[in-house]
Amino acid sequence: MNGSFLDPAPRLADRRFDALVVGASAGGVQAMLELFATLPASYRLPVVVVLHLPEERHSRLAEVFQARVALRVKEAEDKETLSPGVLYFAAPGYHLSIEQDHSFSFSREEPFHFSRPSIDFLFESAADVYGEALAGLLLTGANDDGAAGLAWIKRRGGLTLVQDPADAQVPTMPQAALARHRPDFILPLRAMPSVLAQLDAAPC
Amino acid sequence: MPDRDIEIELRLLIEAIYLKYSYDFRDYSGASLKRRVLHALTQFDCKTISALQERVIHEPQAFMQLLQYLTIPVSEMFRDPSYFLALRQQVIPVLRTYPSLKIWIAGCSTGEEVYSMAILLKEEGLLDRSILYATDINPHSLEKARQGIFSLDNIRGYTENYQKAGGRQSLSDYYIAAYDGALFDKALRERMTFADHSLATDSVFAETHLISCRNVLIYFNKKLQNRAFGLFHESLCHRGFLGLGSKESLDFSNYAQRFEAVQRQERIFRKL
Repeated sequence: MNGSFLDPAPRLADRRFDALVVGASAGGVQAMLELFATLPASYRLPVVVVLHLPEERHSRLAEVFQARVALRVKEAEDKETLSPGVLYFAAPGYHLSIEQDHSFSFSREEPFHFSRPSIDFLFESAADVYGEALAGLLLTGANDDGAAGLAWIKRRGGLTLVQDPADAQVPTMPQAALARHRPDFILPLRAMPSVLAQLDAAPC
Repeated sequence: MPDRDIEIELRLLIEAIYLKYSYDFRDYSGASLKRRVLHALTQFDCKTISALQERVIHEPQAFMQLLQYLTIPVSEMFRDPSYFLALRQQVIPVLRTYPSLKIWIAGCSTGEEVYSMAILLKEEGLLDRSILYATDINPHSLEKARQGIFSLDNIRGYTENYQKAGGRQSLSDYYIAAYDGALFDKALRERMTFADHSLATDSVFAETHLISCRNVLIYFNKKLQNRAFGLFHESLCHRGFLGLGSKESLDFSNYAQRFEAVQRQERIFRKL
């Protein structure tokens, strides 16, 4: 895993990214609050997050994050077009996908990996739309959701980042991802802000 | 399978289904449709979508089977109880002023919602002057809906929903338990008309006072969603009501200005 800590600049300098998708479960709120607080209000990429929560609960995630994050934060809505520089959370109880016209779509298929929303569903649909221009990040979590989706992002030419299991509050999710594919970066949380910043510094 | 091939095969399959069976999935949301077709591949033991297409074209039975994967027959009685409570408190008082009522449950799936609506109307004393149209594209679901038998395993949850929805009696007053099923009262069913109707290809069939269409439009793209809203707008009487799923809205459609919110939180709207 050592090579992953090299200066990422040479690999990212020539690439343009148009969206960042993020998945987490247990320990995810804390990790994401820490991470997203570092993003400037001028951040260009839409950031779309699936965080596993108990199904029918009305989600206060957007409010909690808005108080601590410079980006605009909201719950994603069905048929809404993604806007740059907005942090979207998936609504509880529905799977969240991204369509070819860069809008969100919801669905009520069965829970996947016991989860609805499923990280895999978001990641796979986003990879189909953005291809090489997508970055995917998988953080701390207690199940296997997201591992297949992240591998799919990589296969479609996107950039993949996994939280170092040793750094994760719950390592299961990052470990499952590493068992599936070799990501571009394996990083502790504290090293992620500089990479996320570089995603935004891409050529026009 | 190379990714590009999947996109091509998927389009061909959807086109084949339309040409052969007149079921139109061409304007369904792509991501969910693709997942469901890929899921069906394993169930049909087909290696490629093309192989599935061959079976679907030549075996009508295979198509009926596939249809069960393409539609998502998940429903429950009094789902989102606060929606039914809002109907009871804010819509029923207006409906009460009409001498007769027509109510359309669009995309009724296996019927849980239409029975819920009938119970609500009965308790409000309106069932005798109501007709409930329950429509869906899936004939298996419609047949189940017609039977009005729901699994006893689910009844406990439904009973809880019913109470939260402002139920005035006991849900068990409306069904007879037999074997592992709950058979709902015939008197409820007498006011229901079940019909095969597609929001993608069919037109308006009646003037209605209330349309409830929940968790159906999420599977449509914007174009098809607009078509459906157009049908609803046309079907609804002056100031008629439209109820949507808890995460559905008119905001991203061409009809945002043609309805007003009665209860935004519960997604209940009124024709302007």
